Amino acid sequence: MKISCNVNVHHISRVEGHGNIHIKIKGGRVMEAQWEVVETPRFFEAMLVGKKWDNAPWICGRICGICSIGHTLALYFLAAPDFVNAGSVFPLIKSHPDVVARAARLKLLANDACDIIGGRRLHPTRTVVGGFTMLPDKGGLESIKKRLEDAMADLSQTAELFRSFPIPDFSRETEFVSLKGDGDYPFIGGDLVSTDGVRMKEHDYKKMTNEYTIDQSTAKWARLSRESFAVGALARLNNNFAFLHPAARELSESFGLRPVNHNPFMNNVAQLVECVHVTLDSINMISEFLDNEWDEPRQPVKHKKGIGVAAVEVPRGILYHSYEFDRAGKIVKSDCVIPTGQNHANIQHDLNALAAQSASSGKKDSEIELLAEMLVRSYDPCISCSVH
Amino acid sequence: MPVEKYLCVPLHRPKVAFFEFTACEGCQLQILNNEATLLDFLSLVDVVTFREAMQERSDDYEIAFVEGSITRTDEVKRLKDIRKKAKVLVAMGSCACFGGVNQLKNRFNNPKWVKEQVYGKFPVESEVARPLEDIVTIDLKIYGCPIKKEEVEKIVTNLVLGKSVNHPKYPVCMECMANENICLYKLGEPCLGPVTRAGCDAWCPGSRCGCWGCRGPADAANVEQIISIMEEHNFSVDTIIDRLECFGGFRGFAEELKKKTVKSKTKKKRAG
Repeated sequence: MKISCNVNVHHISRVEGHGNIHIKIKGGRVMEAQWEVVETPRFFEAMLVGKKWDNAPWICGRICGICSIGHTLALYFLAAPDFVNAGSVFPLIKSHPDVVARAARLKLLANDACDIIGGRRLHPTRTVVGGFTMLPDKGGLESIKKRLEDAMADLSQTAELFRSFPIPDFSRETEFVSLKGDGDYPFIGGDLVSTDGVRMKEHDYKKMTNEYTIDQSTAKWARLSRESFAVGALARLNNNFAFLHPAARELSESFGLRPVNHNPFMNNVAQLVECVHVTLDSINMISEFLDNEWDEPRQPVKHKKGIGVAAVEVPRGILYHSYEFDRAGKIVKSDCVIPTGQNHANIQHDLNALAAQSASSGKKDSEIELLAEMLVRSYDPCISCSVH
Repeated sequence: MPVEKYLCVPLHRPKVAFFEFTACEGCQLQILNNEATLLDFLSLVDVVTFREAMQERSDDYEIAFVEGSITRTDEVKRLKDIRKKAKVLVAMGSCACFGGVNQLKNRFNNPKWVKEQVYGKFPVESEVARPLEDIVTIDLKIYGCPIKKEEVEKIVTNLVLGKSVNHPKYPVCMECMANENICLYKLGEPCLGPVTRAGCDAWCPGSRCGCWGCRGPADAANVEQIISIMEEHNFSVDTIIDRLECFGGFRGFAEELKKKTVKSKTKKKRAG
């Protein structure tokens, strides 16, 4: 029994953006457990108003500086140090040089693939409305394919590393929202689905997210069938397990990760499983590209009055963009619902449960603090995006 | 191997700290990029604070790298505090140097409307988006959205070695031509390459994406000339303004062009 505890984390480290954690336990009871989002808003949805349609990807791409590089960064640079008692990946350069070299190799591969396809790894230059300004050269794609094949060994060693980490034993039943696969593991478009049985079309995204404002956060929060829901790797996996590549599914099962899994700390394992899936998927896609004729990369765009909505799965979960244009092709209204924004309420409710669990155990303040930080990091939150 | 000496003189590894204000944190992520030279880079400095990557923090630092623009009163206070502690304060990226895309909301001159667009009636504190130098003295700027790691490496090496840091005075167009790229005007794309400060190695034009001026004006940039070049290529005034006002470095020019357009429109109306 934990009689009293006082944890205050100001601007939690190794996450993107600014969030605070407060936990107060008194007389064995949780008095406070709060996830506070203090990021300054940038007002992207307002700044786009009056801009021509071609500005949207260029400006909105700046919502995030980290999302373009996905899971490998999160696993090694943000999550892993907690399990080896380090404050960052930097001291591991000396103590675990082979691990850091592997981390750098995997991150570099993702970065190089972004460079070759998008023009650069951060705020891509080639992606425009209508397609791409130019296509990757075949030699570049061939070398990426070769490196993806080699990366499978690195990923299986990453799996061994994470197998040696004690994933905290914690579970809280919640709802998981993602795109619904239709024969394939979903990434772009399609129906929206939840583990509570909700199914909707993309254009009904507002009914799927039900955004609301709350005093403890400059990001809007979301809910669906219950007080909160989760998006991201674990949500995708929980909803689309059957569509994973067999090797990825096998890896998932070896960690005891099967749908529906309600342990938020397993999100890191789900990220790893997805790394294996997308590596194999990318190898197939590149082979298909290389074997076929290529179309003109940029199709002409004719603007007209109307509203467009799209949902995609990005590393941290389902992302919605909606734009309304006038006759001249200028943006009248825009709306972006960011994955981490949808996760904040779920983080808060997990934190409540984690604090209650801690209150009934005798853990030290520092252990509770670490556990709370690990919980937030397991979501791999992108807080500045969520506020945007 | 860590670099310990330069020309037989032992190197001093300065304590450096990274901070971010209103931003996407992409510039800080760029610091962790370039995996091939990352270890060399890290051996050159002693990173004592870097919230996005490490848990440890320290207030004892010599060089502060600051990303983001300033949009809230608590940020003003934090920035002034950093200024007090740092010997050298580096503004990192377009948001820190010019306000970046964040300053696009300033153009409405209507903070209440801006807030309502996003939050409705929910009260949120946010001021005009400002670059760092509106609040404190800046010792050095690293341009770009995002910053380019190769350039950061060069600048930091010079800082550590006590050499002066000189930005190119010429425009992106020169780098673009040296790289033998097809001129984007020939492909029907607008481009601010002829007036934007070089140093990015024509990053965007190299991918056939016309320059948006994220690095701000080059020395003696002839912005009036580029405006007439864009007009000659039949780009609308709106397109020219979109380019000029995107990152804040050319904001004054964009404002002027807007005023002129309004004037000529009223003139035309009167004449009609």
